[in-house]
Amino acid sequence: MKREPVKYALLVAVALLAPLYFSGGYLMNVLVFVGINTLLVVALNLLLGFAGQISLGHAGFFGLGAYISAILTATHQVNPWLVMLIAALAVSALAFLIGFPVLKLKGHYLAMATLGLGIIIYIFFNEAVDITGGPSGFSGVPNLSIGALVFDDDVKNYYLVWSFTLVVILLAVNLSRSRIGRALRAIHDSEVAARVMGVNVRLLKVQIFALSAFISALAGSLYAHVMTFVAPASFGFHFSVELVTMVIIGGLGSVYGSLLGAALLTLLPEMLRAFQDYDIIIYGLILILATMFMPGGLVRGIPAVLAAILPKKQERG
Amino acid sequence: MNLSDQIIQFLLSGFATGAIYALIGLGFSIIYNSTGIINFAQGEFVMLGGMVTMFFLTSLHLPLPAALVGAVAITTVVGVLFERLAIRPIRKPTPLNLVIITIGGSILIRGLAMLVWGKDTHAIPGFSGEEPIQLGNASLLPQHLWIFGITTLVIIVSKVFFNYTISGKAMRACAFNPRAASLIGIDVRRMVLFSFIISSAMGSMAGFIIAPLTMTSYDVGIMLGLKGFCAAIIGGMSSGLGTVFGGIILGILESLGAGLISSGYKDAVAFVILLLILFIRPQGIFKRADSERV
Repeated sequence: MKREPVKYALLVAVALLAPLYFSGGYLMNVLVFVGINTLLVVALNLLLGFAGQISLGHAGFFGLGAYISAILTATHQVNPWLVMLIAALAVSALAFLIGFPVLKLKGHYLAMATLGLGIIIYIFFNEAVDITGGPSGFSGVPNLSIGALVFDDDVKNYYLVWSFTLVVILLAVNLSRSRIGRALRAIHDSEVAARVMGVNVRLLKVQIFALSAFISALAGSLYAHVMTFVAPASFGFHFSVELVTMVIIGGLGSVYGSLLGAALLTLLPEMLRAFQDYDIIIYGLILILATMFMPGGLVRGIPAVLAAILPKKQERG
Repeated sequence: MNLSDQIIQFLLSGFATGAIYALIGLGFSIIYNSTGIINFAQGEFVMLGGMVTMFFLTSLHLPLPAALVGAVAITTVVGVLFERLAIRPIRKPTPLNLVIITIGGSILIRGLAMLVWGKDTHAIPGFSGEEPIQLGNASLLPQHLWIFGITTLVIIVSKVFFNYTISGKAMRACAFNPRAASLIGIDVRRMVLFSFIISSAMGSMAGFIIAPLTMTSYDVGIMLGLKGFCAAIIGGMSSGLGTVFGGIILGILESLGAGLISSGYKDAVAFVILLLILFIRPQGIFKRADSERV
């Protein structure tokens, strides 16, 4: 019964202590991005894993968060923390409005609509050169700071990003175990049944879409301040696909799975870097093989593999 | 050129790109109808069509017809391998898993193409030269005529195949109800393989007829694939004329948008249209709405 708090406490402990082991190394920087990607993957998993609604446009929300933060803080010198809130609210308001027509769609139509939305946002980043700096990007974004503490190196950024990540993971775990979480899963299984049980399906889907966009925009703001530079290439269709892949490889509907998926697929390209041009091929292969042989994602696949290796455990049952 | 001449010019070139989108869209619909899979690797078949042709022409110095046949053959082999190695072995196919597998496949094919041919953009000469043909005040490239000709031919052949041959009818039966089709003795798995063969061949043709106009590189498949997908959605995922009209409408609107509004936002035009159609008529603009089944 009390497994959730223990799991979470363990995660917090590992997250807090990780820099002791990795600090100074190049992996520290990668771990910052594992944190940002985990935020995004948890956000997408709320929508995809719990409510069963696919989005191939989440990189767009992520990008909007990043650009709003970058432009308002660098060009207009607004307080970055305030901007972070404004960006998240604005992006989730946009998602809320657009959610009503978009989430009426199902299956591949929904995939296509969200994909279209993401690509339109991406084209805007590229073409609105006066505002966004165009394809070459937008630099000079200030680091975040609290008083005299400026988040300007990997270790500080790590703690900055991961404090957001850990809070969002906690919220998502709680949400999934709440009445809303159950309602979302009911929508996943059968919208009609959910509606019969008194769930306002349409509103709830749009609300979770807006919440997901809110978290994604937040991740975008953090990204902008960590990188101090934003360019459209980070927010394209490819990244949306990568996020969906992280959700599925990690495990649909599992918050901790999101963490595993984000960690694996963020670290993987770094590990494959030694293979140079072959890395993209190996990446594609891993996608195919993982989906083929671990359809439930890492979070269900790893216990299954362990059970197969340790035959004693199988006999119980 | 005054405005009306310009518009005629935009219509002509839009019609040509639209025909390409239609071919790519048909590839999507054929696989979707026989398997329920949205094949995100469809765009890579298009890329292969152009790149393999380029390779045969410039590296092996084959004559054009041989290069084109070779491109279709190689792309089809890739399509068959993809179906055999990635699609068929899946034990628990869910729509999401299939989406990820086909995306993985497209990344893999793109990566291999990059390894083999590098990251450069390559040009292919037009099939019958580059001398424009004057039509009133508008002009047309000979390649445009090739595009119209080949697209029309492919559409007619596929129409005949689906309506008058036993394999074509069997594929339609699978699209309608795979379970019932297998009960009357149709080998559904073979039909799935057929659909990949037809789609990859169609994709490669789209790839080599557009390559002389737009050049080709290892990564052209993404955008072309997405546009073809738009065409199929506009046409209601039909494997017939719906998708053809969908492609042509998309091509023309895109060309008008690029010419009259802004060329930078050309690609956005396609997706705005797509969103509008999905919001207003999600079943495609030619189909009556199906009632939702639980």
